[in-house]
Amino acid sequence: MTLRAEDVIYPTEAGLYCAPGDFYIDPLRPVPRAMVTHGHSDHARPGHGAVMATRQTLDIMAIRYGEDFAASRQIAEGPVRIGGVTASFHPAGHVLGSSQILINPDDGPRILISGDYCRTPNPVCLPWEPVACDIFITEATFGLPIFRHPNPLTEAGRLIASIAEFPNRPHLVGAYALGKAQRVIALARAAGHHGPIAIHGALKRLCDYHVDQGIDLGPLVAASDPGEAQLIIAPPSAFASPWVQRFRDPVLSYASGWMTVRAHARQRGVELPLVISDHVDWPQLTATIRELAPREVWITHGAEDGLTRWCEIEGIPSRPLRLIGYEDEPE
Amino acid sequence: MKAFARLLERLAFTPARNAKLTILSHYFQTTPDPDRGYALAVLTGTLDLRQVSPSLLKRLASERVDEQLFRLSYDFVGDLAETIALIWPTDAEVSTEVSLSQAVLLLRETGKLSLPGVIADLLDRLTAPERLAFLKLATGNLRVGVSVRLAHTALAMGTLRGSEEIEEIWHGQAAPFLPLFTWLAGGPSPAPASAPFRPVMLSTPITAEELAPLDPTRHIAEWKWDGIRVQAVAEDGMRRLYSRTGEEIGAAFPDIIEAMTFEGAVDGELLVRRGAEIAPFADLQKRLGRKSVGRVLLQSHPAALILYDILAWRGEDLRPLPLSSRRARLEAAPFDSPRIGLSPLLPFETWEELARLRAAPHAPVIEGVMIKRLDTPYIAGRPRGPWFKWKRDPMVIDAVLLYAQSGHGKRSGFYSDFTFGLWEGEELVPVGKAYFGFTDEELRELDRFVRRNTVQRFGPVRQLAPKLVVEVAFEGLNVSQRHRSGVAMRFPRISRIRADKPAADADRLETLRAML
Repeated sequence: MTLRAEDVIYPTEAGLYCAPGDFYIDPLRPVPRAMVTHGHSDHARPGHGAVMATRQTLDIMAIRYGEDFAASRQIAEGPVRIGGVTASFHPAGHVLGSSQILINPDDGPRILISGDYCRTPNPVCLPWEPVACDIFITEATFGLPIFRHPNPLTEAGRLIASIAEFPNRPHLVGAYALGKAQRVIALARAAGHHGPIAIHGALKRLCDYHVDQGIDLGPLVAASDPGEAQLIIAPPSAFASPWVQRFRDPVLSYASGWMTVRAHARQRGVELPLVISDHVDWPQLTATIRELAPREVWITHGAEDGLTRWCEIEGIPSRPLRLIGYEDEPE
Repeated sequence: MKAFARLLERLAFTPARNAKLTILSHYFQTTPDPDRGYALAVLTGTLDLRQVSPSLLKRLASERVDEQLFRLSYDFVGDLAETIALIWPTDAEVSTEVSLSQAVLLLRETGKLSLPGVIADLLDRLTAPERLAFLKLATGNLRVGVSVRLAHTALAMGTLRGSEEIEEIWHGQAAPFLPLFTWLAGGPSPAPASAPFRPVMLSTPITAEELAPLDPTRHIAEWKWDGIRVQAVAEDGMRRLYSRTGEEIGAAFPDIIEAMTFEGAVDGELLVRRGAEIAPFADLQKRLGRKSVGRVLLQSHPAALILYDILAWRGEDLRPLPLSSRRARLEAAPFDSPRIGLSPLLPFETWEELARLRAAPHAPVIEGVMIKRLDTPYIAGRPRGPWFKWKRDPMVIDAVLLYAQSGHGKRSGFYSDFTFGLWEGEELVPVGKAYFGFTDEELRELDRFVRRNTVQRFGPVRQLAPKLVVEVAFEGLNVSQRHRSGVAMRFPRISRIRADKPAADADRLETLRAML
């Protein structure tokens, strides 16, 4: 009997559920068995029974939640048969260890869950890989045609130019601890900033882990003792805390795809908005759908109205899953 | 256009004055002619460009983008020009740079019929930040918080010239300002404008306690009139009437221009006067800001000048002379028009006598007294010492409008509840709220200002571009722990709209605290 896609995977309150395999993908609450696409805290949560993910995602979860973040864990290596389906992990280009998950039922449509993904080359993780599928389950964080992320190196160049223009003002860049922070550091290096970069304490262990994994971040110092460092990276939440007061007349910056829109940048109170995103922008999102040419597109979270409309114009069947609990551009 | 787009973006996100100056001065130093000159003209509002309407832009966008996707995007972005700049579909990387000068000339020289095509073609050739800069330019909606004075200060940075020198030659220069930039770089002085503006000398506030140690015999005192400060210049057959910021306002005052039969530059107060009676400020306001004035208004609201200083006379620069000599020259100068009179000197020998005069002025349009030292030349700017203003009660302070919220009941639909702030360092700190004190006419004016100068919305509250100064009158002041400013005003009301006063000249928080 051929399975329908809707019977293989469907949204539940705990998140996307694969019925024949009896596991959840990026579950929002503790479940017996979970597959995790990447280490951002809204996708990778502690307290599950068994977790399957890439080695790096599992490492990151252990760094964040402690070694006992799940009862058992399994490294995703090659296709794995679970119940009536075969699951395999493929690089998503989002953050270190991030992957898409392909669910291939013995008898039924191939379903690709993109997780969060990005197609702009990123020095801190493996590039996104095209995977043939019948049903493409995609995020749509930047699912409106206004989102066309500039070349991230150009944005890093703006940061470096501002440091040159205001050499006596420390530049504080808000960047999420996993992925964005290391990417901003790597981009600043590529743009020619060779001096020490100071990092907020909350970033230390994840930066160390990236270095362990062979990603060169250059000289890093603690933001508590920044010395001569002109560039300081901190999680955005630190900007609202008294932590910032130690810096004299800082230039506040924030690295995010949302910085495309001025009102968002103003709301953040930043002086130097940097459009650096770990998600696909509109041209990449729509090009990916064209390239994979799935029979159907399901949309997990983000600006689904925009993408739904585009699919309608293109004649591609689509439906929003309206999964609640994933942040727009998460930590 | 790339450098200009970057400039606008940096300015839009940089609130601090000093950082704005750094950004501007770098731009002027690194951008070639004629682009930097056009940028200067755009920033100082001296470029007369065709304004592109929002409906034209919407129509252009609708030809390129699915209507539903556009609507979703516009809802998300909240700003039409920004939405179009971001959403405008372009195929390839833009290869050839379009210069700001080219864009300006296109806007200036394209006829109405071909305008849509020209704009669409230009948008095709620009990057997203450039498209935004261009659309802001085309809709006349820059909102980057740069005043003429700030631009002058930035121009002077790193050059041998001072901003006052620039102010002095500013009139008579026009985009793209090539002689100006040559002169800034050490070249010859640009051709002087006829009847140029002279940067004005300003006063600082003073209290009775601060006055006590000063010698009354070395000072003169005059009424502080509730009009606006102007400079009337008639030279080489040219007559100009300037506001204190150097803006030409002569078009609204043909009666004054006609009366300027002298050859020189004088400093005084512009008022509406009927016979011997000087009318309240609200009457003068009816004349301000107009491009032309009708006969009826000229008759019902006749303008007059009360002079208190003389800066030049028949080709001679009198500014280096001490005030005593200038006053003598002013009194000797013939002004053969009943519209022009002299500011009378107040008779006093002690500060107590002056205090009594100040407490009981003969006319309600007197808002205090001016005290000026006799031995100082006319110095541009606001030197502390030679000139003081000693305002009469109630306490008033000039504050900048920061936020507005719409009112209820009779004022439904009107922005009538205002939060205003004072300067602390380079920041405006909110100090209070006021929702009355203005007339119905002024309420409409404030409402228009709010709608045109909203920079952001927080639910029902609009954040305003910090540029409108209002005089806030209040009855007392208390220390407050709850307010960031540390003080709370009693009974604050907006007693006057000071559209003539630049925001940078609003009062400072320490001035308010000193009133405690």
